[in-house]
Amino acid sequence: MAEFLPPKERRLIPRQEMPEQDPRERIRNFAEVNLGLTPELAIREAQRCLGCKNPKCVEGCPVGIRIRDFIFAIVEEKFDEAARIIKQDNSLPAICGRVCPQEEQCEKLCIVGKRDRPVAIGWLERFVADHERERGIPDPEPPARRSGRRVAVVGSGPAGLSCATDLARMGHEVVVFEALHELGGVLVYGIPEFRLPKEIVRAEIDQLRKMGVRFETNTVIGLTATVDELLGSEGFDAVFLGVGAGLPRFLGVPGENLIGIYSANEFLTRVNLMQAWREDADTPVLDVAGRDVAVFGGGNTAMDAVRTSLRLGARSAKIIYRRSEAEMPARNEEIAHAREEGVEFVLLTNPLRFDGDENGRVRSVTLQRMELGEPDDSGRRRPVPVPGSEYVEPIDLAVVAIGNSPNPLIGRTTGDIAHTRWGTIVADEKTGRTTRRGVFAGGDIVTGGATVILAMGAGRRAARAIDEFLTTGVWDDPQVAHGTG
Amino acid sequence: MHRILEARFLAPDIKLFRIEAPKIARKRRAGQFVIVRVTADGERIPLTIADGDPEAGWIALIVQGVGKTTRLLNTLEAGDAIQDVAGPLGAPSHVENFGTAVVIGGGVGTAIAWPTAVALKQAGNRVISIIGGRTRELVILEDEMRRVADEVHPTTDDGSYGFHGLVTDKLQQLLDEGRTIDFVLAIGPVPMMRAVAEVTRPHGIRTVVSLNPIMVDGTGMCGGCRVEVGGETRFACVDGPEFDAHQVDYELLALRNRAYVEFERARLEEFERRRHEGPCRLERQLEELGREDAGSATPRA
Repeated sequence: MAEFLPPKERRLIPRQEMPEQDPRERIRNFAEVNLGLTPELAIREAQRCLGCKNPKCVEGCPVGIRIRDFIFAIVEEKFDEAARIIKQDNSLPAICGRVCPQEEQCEKLCIVGKRDRPVAIGWLERFVADHERERGIPDPEPPARRSGRRVAVVGSGPAGLSCATDLARMGHEVVVFEALHELGGVLVYGIPEFRLPKEIVRAEIDQLRKMGVRFETNTVIGLTATVDELLGSEGFDAVFLGVGAGLPRFLGVPGENLIGIYSANEFLTRVNLMQAWREDADTPVLDVAGRDVAVFGGGNTAMDAVRTSLRLGARSAKIIYRRSEAEMPARNEEIAHAREEGVEFVLLTNPLRFDGDENGRVRSVTLQRMELGEPDDSGRRRPVPVPGSEYVEPIDLAVVAIGNSPNPLIGRTTGDIAHTRWGTIVADEKTGRTTRRGVFAGGDIVTGGATVILAMGAGRRAARAIDEFLTTGVWDDPQVAHGTG
Repeated sequence: MHRILEARFLAPDIKLFRIEAPKIARKRRAGQFVIVRVTADGERIPLTIADGDPEAGWIALIVQGVGKTTRLLNTLEAGDAIQDVAGPLGAPSHVENFGTAVVIGGGVGTAIAWPTAVALKQAGNRVISIIGGRTRELVILEDEMRRVADEVHPTTDDGSYGFHGLVTDKLQQLLDEGRTIDFVLAIGPVPMMRAVAEVTRPHGIRTVVSLNPIMVDGTGMCGGCRVEVGGETRFACVDGPEFDAHQVDYELLALRNRAYVEFERARLEEFERRRHEGPCRLERQLEELGREDAGSATPRA
């Protein structure tokens, strides 16, 4: 067993480095970039934790993982115990350890981070989850009681999976409905293999199956069955809507429908879900090898798309973003990885129009320089155009990664569920209750495009509220801050 | 997996399938489609639901073998199974009593137009059907159309059957005869739909077309099926597939539909080459693809 060091010595340990594939090597494959901490590195990193009496890190965690306790278990080399602690609050640790924006959450509040770099909580979480999975996850314990109540979970992304896990543990019968042919939502169609291997998503979903959760793919709620039918003829006692933010937004500039301009959803779906990177895939993706690619946007999805284009052989790959790097919503690690791989960042620049050839293929984009003006509604400084700064950039492929609007399918076919004027579903922040009795919602369909962990947090809060509703039968209308329209 | 209850060719390369899909059969309305994956590692393709029986729990799909996936699908027989069928997707046809409705189908487009012709008739319209093909054997579903329509006009480009000429020539003839037409639905190749729109435009006849852009998910998530209608970008999978024929940018649609033409050609050639190497080889390939029953997979080449 490793020892707990006195605080002074703990402070002398530098943050351990994550072993990763060499950038020159990794841009030629889709294998994971971060290789994961070894047990030695993990213990060393865990020894940096000061073990605060009132740990601040937990306050930064949307699902409230007992971070200090699991880190101490790592120091004691009780890795299985560490996994058990994490899984009390987070059913998908191998996923969150990879894709959570820790620097904005737990690690941001870490006391070590005040003088040095914070404890690498995310990497430790990932280590614990991987260690457990590689040795074979023990089968989940069956719930203590069966409630006899049935819950329909709509969408198998992070919100739906975490909600389903908790409901199953509480003894409710859960059926998860997924529109696509594969389970995992954004975890499989959106986030690329090199950041989140699909095998990990499958392993987590297998755990849910073992807990008795049933999955129905190819089922589009709103079309194959409506929410009314789920609560009526299908015999469910409650419904959780975790359908994500469905419709990709485009830039609204001329020439945007030329061939070679993809939404990030389409580009990533073709490559990730439909495996277009494979030689023998039946789903094509436009040839990127030796070509110039421009990705519009500054979030994680933009980084995923630009780095995917490099792996498909792009000659040049640019991020074009209208604000500065400080405003980029992407995780620091993704930005750093992209830069190491040779992605060029064209900041404070905005597209004005696309032009194509006689076959309708995009050939160039006209760009305009921006400068930062006064802060806007989001608190970020608003980019304003610099007059006379227009220039033409030749491109062969463009990917638009500026976010998604909510999918209208459920609203169209279900009454009584209020939507905001942005098309998101109105839901109580604490409970996920919508304006319709028995129907809860969480994740991007409520918040608009956000993160995996926020969606998971919403799924878990909704699970608690659903349990309470099923137990007591009490329904209060949602408390919502913003108006409907 | 969805079991195939019936499979028969309506024309060379055009095959009708009745498929077990009870949930979709209960919900589907005229004009809607499904996304199909034939095998566990195949692509997702949209196919319009041609018919269905909510009690018996089946839907009918009519498939023209134009690419690898549709040709592979067309090798399947009753008793075989299809990996994934998701739907019903898209907005149903807007159906009301317009008065006299002309339903035009070109080639396999007739299969897509047929369920809406049924719905238009049920809504009280007088239904005139014009169904065209290059040559006689490509005019499909004539008997089915005759059962619902008040008039059926088959047309062939080569004059081998029915009216000698294009579907638009027949439509123009009806207009020249002074027939009252209140509504036109046209479904077929892009140039045909565009031509129909130009015939009805000067008469101000409400005209609807069903668009067939390339899709991936079919639920609004990817935006690959975007089309321009009246200068606005619309998603065919959730806003359509039917749109005002006079507002559609057909040139853009035709260009976008050719985005992967080289890839598609290469995949098809490879598929046909393998298929002609002999049935044993194909059976093995299908078995590898996880088919339950490869025994009846002998190709009818």
